[in-house]
Parts: sequence; C-alpha cells; structure tokens
Amino acid sequence: MKSGLLRSAGLRHLVLVAMAVVVALPLYLAVVAASHRPQALLGHFPLLPGGMLLDNLRSVLEKGLPGTIPVWRMLLNSFIMALGITIGKLFISILSAYAVVYFRFPMRMAAFWLIFFTLMMPIEVRFFPTYQVTANLQLLNSYSGLILPLIASATATFLFRQFFMTLPRSLTDAARIDGAGPIRFFLDMVLPLSRTNIAALFVLVFVYGWNQYLWPLLTTTDAGYTTVVMGMQGMINAGAAFALPRWDLIMATALLALLPPVIVVLLMQHWFVKGLTDSDK
Amino acid sequence: MRPRKSPKVVDAAPFPHRVLPYFLLAPQLAITVLFFVWPAVQALSGAFYQADPFGLSKQFVGLSNFAALFEEHSYLRAFRVTAIYAITSTVLAMGLGLLLAVLTDSLTRARGVYRTLFIWPYAVAPAITGSLWVFMFSPQVGAGAQVLATLGVNWNYILDGNQALLLIIAMTAWQQIAYNFLFFTAGLQAIPASLLEAAALDGAGPVRRFWTIVFPLLAPTSFFLLVMNSVFILFDTFGLINIVTKGGPGESTQTLVYKLYQDGFQNLNLGSAAAQSVVLMALVAGLTIVQFRYIGRKVHYQ
Repeated sequence: MKSGLLRSAGLRHLVLVAMAVVVALPLYLAVVAASHRPQALLGHFPLLPGGMLLDNLRSVLEKGLPGTIPVWRMLLNSFIMALGITIGKLFISILSAYAVVYFRFPMRMAAFWLIFFTLMMPIEVRFFPTYQVTANLQLLNSYSGLILPLIASATATFLFRQFFMTLPRSLTDAARIDGAGPIRFFLDMVLPLSRTNIAALFVLVFVYGWNQYLWPLLTTTDAGYTTVVMGMQGMINAGAAFALPRWDLIMATALLALLPPVIVVLLMQHWFVKGLTDSDK
Repeated sequence: MRPRKSPKVVDAAPFPHRVLPYFLLAPQLAITVLFFVWPAVQALSGAFYQADPFGLSKQFVGLSNFAALFEEHSYLRAFRVTAIYAITSTVLAMGLGLLLAVLTDSLTRARGVYRTLFIWPYAVAPAITGSLWVFMFSPQVGAGAQVLATLGVNWNYILDGNQALLLIIAMTAWQQIAYNFLFFTAGLQAIPASLLEAAALDGAGPVRRFWTIVFPLLAPTSFFLLVMNSVFILFDTFGLINIVTKGGPGESTQTLVYKLYQDGFQNLNLGSAAAQSVVLMALVAGLTIVQFRYIGRKVHYQ
C-alpha cells in the first residue's frame, strides 16, 4: 500500500513537472532568443540563454526598431490604458451596485438589466459600430477613446451587488440611527468592507485592460498611442525586414509586454483566483 | 427572480433618497448607452442599408445584406473554421486543465507551487501568445520547426492551411489551460472528501472513483467551462490570429470576428460589416442566455 502510494505520487509529480515544462517552454525559448545575437538564432537553435538579455531589453526600451516608437512609450501607453480601464470599471460598477441594492426608485430594475446588456456585447462583437460612434465623438487617437468604450461592466456590477446583498441589514439600521446618510455609509462602511472584492477585480480588470489588442489597433493611427500588445505586430514586421531577422529584439519586446500582467497575477495570486472563480460563476 | 423574493430586497429601501441613485447610476448608464446601446442600434439599422465607404449615400436594401452574407462561401467557411477551432481548442484545454487539476488535488505541500506554474499564461495577451509561438514555429528559425523537421514533418504553416489551423488551436489550448485548471481545482475542492472515502472503503480504485463520483459532480463546472471557453475562443483570439496567420493561408484560419474586421476595416464593406455585427451579437446573446440558464440551475443545485 505504502509503496504503491509512493509510486503513484511519484508518477503524478512526473506528469505535473512535464506539463509545467511544456507550459513554460514558449517563455523559455523567448528568453533564450532575447539573450543572443541574431546570428546565433540561425542554424541550430541554442539550448541555453546567452549574455545579451539586458542589452537587448535596453535597446528596444530606448529605441524600439526602425519604424516603431520606443518600447518604454508603448509600455507607458499600455499602463495608462490598463489603469484607466481598471479604475473606471471599478468606480462606475461599485456606484451602480450600491444604487441598485440600497435604494428603491423607478426604473431600478430597468437600469440593472440595461447594465446586464453589456454582458452580451464584448468589444470584439461590437467593435465595428462602437468604432463608428467613437470616431463621431472625436475620440480616436486619444486615451479617452482607448479607455471609455471598455469600462462598462456587468460582471463587476454583479459581483459588488452580490456582496452588498450579503451585508447584514443591521449595518444600515445602525448607520441611520447614528444619523449617517448614504454617502457617509458608503465611504465609512461599504467601501472598506469591499476591499477584498476590489482587490480581486483589480487583478482581473488590469489584465483585461493591459491585454487589449483589437480596440487599440482600431482607434490609434497616431504611433504615439501605440500600446505594447498591439505594437507587437509592428515589431515583428520591423524585425523581420532586416536581412538578418531581429528575433532577439522582437522576443525582448514580447517579454516586456507579458511581464507586467504576469507579475500582477502572480503577486496577487490569492485575489486573482478568488476574483476569477467568484465573478465568472 | 430569486433576489426579488428575498426578504432583504422586499424590505423598505435602506435609504429614502429619490435623486441620489440616479447620480450613482449615471456614469455606468452613460457609458452603456453611448458605447453599447447606440452602436447596437447603429448596427441593426446599418445592416438594412448599403452605404458607400464614405457614408455619402445610403440605400435601403432590406434583408439583402443578410441574404448576401449567408450566400457568401467565405462567410459560411468562416463559420466552419470558427466551429472547428472553438470545439477542438475547448476540448484540449478542458481535458488538460482537468488532468492537471486531478493530479494536483491530492497533493498538499506542492499544490501551491504547481498552481503558480500553471496559471501564469492566463495573464499573457493572446497577441503575445501568438508572438511567442510564431517565433517558436517559424519555418526559418523556430526551435519547434526544427524539432518537427527532425521528425520528418514538412512544416510550413504559412503555406499549409491545416497546419495553420492546428497551430492556432495548440496556442489557444496552451493559453486556456490556466483558466480551466483554476476552475476544475475549485470544483474538485468542493467535492466532500467523505464521498470519496466511502467509495474507497467499498473497494473502488482511483480510476473508478474518478468516473463514478468526481466526473459527474464536476458536470456543472464542465458545462460552465464549455460555454466560457467557447466565448473566449469565438471573441478573444483576434490578436493571436492577426499576429500569426491573418486569417490565412487563403481563408483557412479566418474566424467570424476576423472576417468582420477584414470586411469592415480593410474592405470597407459597411453594409455587410453591420450585418455581420448583428449576427455576432445574436450569437453571443445566445451563449449568454445559455450561460444564465445554467447559472439559474446551479443556484438551485447548490
């Protein structure tokens, strides 16, 4: 029994480690490519990283490639977009949920279902007509145009609403006895109690915002607004145009593009998992 | 319906204010009307007109845009490509996610480490996934391409449509393992240990315990993931396709979303693009309704 169990656990670890290697392989190969000179990537692919990683990262950060803007600027644009979407989504969602749960007013449920409607309209479905509206509002090539069309959120509103509905009625009764109005109650009680949900949603929405590709592709023709995710195509085109393709610099850019959201997810892993399993179910 | 019956909701409103709730809702409703409702109305109305690219003339054509769409060989092919892509990627990602979740479930000390090792791809943008893999399988320099060459495979996804579709399926499954692993892990942890212990006492081995107890109890999670994976693959993989294959070679990896992008923004066929938008909206509305029917049932199940 014991030896059987041990063998079973060993086999389990073996499969898990093998799968972890498969999952990590694309990232490892990117690190290897980004740390060699382009010549080394021709012929047989090197098995081990080289010594050029920092030089290549610095090169694309400062200069990009011919025909592209520097990657530091792309990263800044991505950060502004992701943070704008995150703050915008959390802000309007928590206010909406608060209104729906703590007040009774005409059209309350109509407003709720209108917000629900956004669930059926991801940007990849509505991008064509939403682009036309955004253009009509003169929001192309602007941070507003990158951010505003993406901040309505049924999911975040639902999550806050579910949480607010679990708060005991005695909280509001006590607050009213103390003479607190709805704004005081929100700031002093509801907001602090929502910290966990805010952290969970922050991770999910930041990753969602950072990883946008189609929407920035459509709404920015001014190179100054290029985000690092949508800028990858330009980097690949520019890098491939060399007589000796610059996969070293392209992969350096890919690493810079994926590190921020990966770091956020891993550092906030607990809230990430909670946010994902709570909000999507 | 259920919240409506809750005593907490039926109670008098905690705060009697009449105007404040409208101010609280105003930001979300403004964004919703401006960037969701208005565009949906525009798409619905635009789908019945044929317009020149500059919008200088519009001619009412009724359902002609839709009829032309479903008579168009490449649109029907995009449906087929999308279906094959979604089904295959979903099955692969769910299967691998479940395998990994089952294998980590009974571990205690190492579970956290494996979770870290498997969930990070969730944070990688599909476009960046595409960038990593397009390099890995580049016919000229890719390490993956070199391995395939030593195995005797004549690899060039740029020319071979089946290889291109296979490549984007593999990339998408790789990306989605993380999501599926997380939900299956949560689902497994919700299964009472006493059930499995009782089965073990009856002499059921681990494989039989999996198929008779674990798998049926994971059915709600599996169904949920089926819908969510389908939505992701239908709509969120544009970046990956644009980086790797651009819908090609030919039209062999052109999904519905990718075709809408090409027709609307590259070919400037506005009437067709509006009609395609309406079809996509109907498709995602259907998926959302299925999802909420499921969630309604799940609440009862719990």
